[in-house]
Amino acid sequence: MPAACLLTGSYGSTLRYKSVERMKPIGKHSLLGASGEISDFQEILKYLDELILYDNMWDDGNSLGPKEVHNYLTRVMYNRRNKFNPLWNSLVLGGVKKGEKYLGTVSMIGVNFEDNHVATGFGNHLARPILRQEWHENLSFEDGVKILEKCMRVLLYRDRSAVNKLQIAKITEEGVTISQPYSLKTYWEFSAFENPTQGAVGSW
Amino acid sequence: MAKLLGPLPNYTFLFLSFLLLVYSGTQMVEAQLCERRSRAWATNFCPGNLLCNRQCRNAEGALSGACLREVLGNQYDTDVTTWSPAGRLFQVEYAMEAVKQGSAAIGLRSKTHVVLGCVNKANSELSSHQKKIFKVDDHIGVAIAGLTADGRVLSRYMRNECINYSFTYESPLPVGRLVVQLADKAQVCTQRSWKRPYGVGLLVAGLDESGAHLYYNCPSGNYFEYQAFAIGSRSQAAKTYLERRFENFTDSSRDDLVKDAIMAIRETLQGETLKSSICTIAVVGAGEPFHVLDQGTVQQIIDTFETAAEQEDPATEPDAATGQEAAAEQGTAADHGGSTDEGAAPMDI
Repeated sequence: MPAACLLTGSYGSTLRYKSVERMKPIGKHSLLGASGEISDFQEILKYLDELILYDNMWDDGNSLGPKEVHNYLTRVMYNRRNKFNPLWNSLVLGGVKKGEKYLGTVSMIGVNFEDNHVATGFGNHLARPILRQEWHENLSFEDGVKILEKCMRVLLYRDRSAVNKLQIAKITEEGVTISQPYSLKTYWEFSAFENPTQGAVGSW
Repeated sequence: MAKLLGPLPNYTFLFLSFLLLVYSGTQMVEAQLCERRSRAWATNFCPGNLLCNRQCRNAEGALSGACLREVLGNQYDTDVTTWSPAGRLFQVEYAMEAVKQGSAAIGLRSKTHVVLGCVNKANSELSSHQKKIFKVDDHIGVAIAGLTADGRVLSRYMRNECINYSFTYESPLPVGRLVVQLADKAQVCTQRSWKRPYGVGLLVAGLDESGAHLYYNCPSGNYFEYQAFAIGSRSQAAKTYLERRFENFTDSSRDDLVKDAIMAIRETLQGETLKSSICTIAVVGAGEPFHVLDQGTVQQIIDTFETAAEQEDPATEPDAATGQEAAAEQGTAADHGGSTDEGAAPMDI
């Protein structure tokens, strides 16, 4: 199961930080990706750290899987929203446990659901239509990455807060691996970009 | 008499008689049991002989008083927070005695199912019997023996824990964790001077990711995992039955497991006729949420093997021995030796 995120940390409309890793492995079976407020994401990681620690301290054969972590996060997000003090994030939680794949999302107001493909922010508008068309049950990992790169490229072209630096995470039964940051190839030699002011009146 | 003797012998005589009095006095206090219990010390034991003696003589006009603590039990069993010199907590052991006084409960498990059974005890023919099997969650159930009130309270605690876990994680609470939480709760009561240990033993049956489990939780705060076990009065008979058969339980079918449970219960009845009204059976398994079997079903099962028993009577009774988990915990070698001997005999179904 692949997941992707751009390494940007914005400060309002300024694209301030360009090496922020917004995906982290959780426990043995899950991966968490977030968009929104980076400090709140770090806070969530602390909560999950503690959760996984206590889970490990039981030292029995049981462990929290992606479904359990997803529901725990839902509870946290929803309860904070009810106190009018939300964690300003959109979260994506994916994982594989005992052969069962799981992918879910939680929003800052506690809306949660599971699906075969999820996205946050602009991804919902630009990426999901592509995924709806191209996703099918028996996707291989490589094909999945190709589709994700296609989505990220569209987002890179069209989302003003995007930066050409991304990571892909691979989640399997054996565990989670996150790739090194890399860039997508982009093409800017469209004829319309040459001499852009040609037909414009009063422009410079 | 003193006038007849000289002045010196007077003192000697007095001294001797004084000694005599003192000696006989102390003997009176220690050597014999008191006629009746003091009214002043009705609720507590008086702390020492001297105080007791003084109080009894001054306030109640007794000749002497004695501290009876040494007579009933011992001086280390008043508080759960008092160790005995041999390193025992008597109150905890007395709590485990309470479990042995309750009516029998048995449990056995296979790889995929766990069955609990208990003998129904009713105060009189007019009353209903006490509920001893509780559903804790769809995947966990518990049978109790001992103080049923304590058992009810602990069941409520277990249900609460399961519900809270389910709500937060949308996942069933693993039995192993519930059992540890229960054991920790019991341990607290063995280390507080204002509490008493729970007087109930719990057989916890449940399913989790790693399969079917049966645990026994003690008032002492210990817990053990078992293949099969029996607790309560006359449970030794059931244990013997289980001990002879437990090696087959892992691969037993669900129905065979239920049959074995009923037969184990029959062992505890020792002669009383087995009817579905005096026993309760509950099952939990893969794809089968915890539920109590209804009386009709149980009676049907009883009828099937009662008729089978009539046909092969001599063989059935010895068959009734089932292997008990205790074998794994205690003298394994001896127990296994015993069971293989009996396994060799032509009995097992």
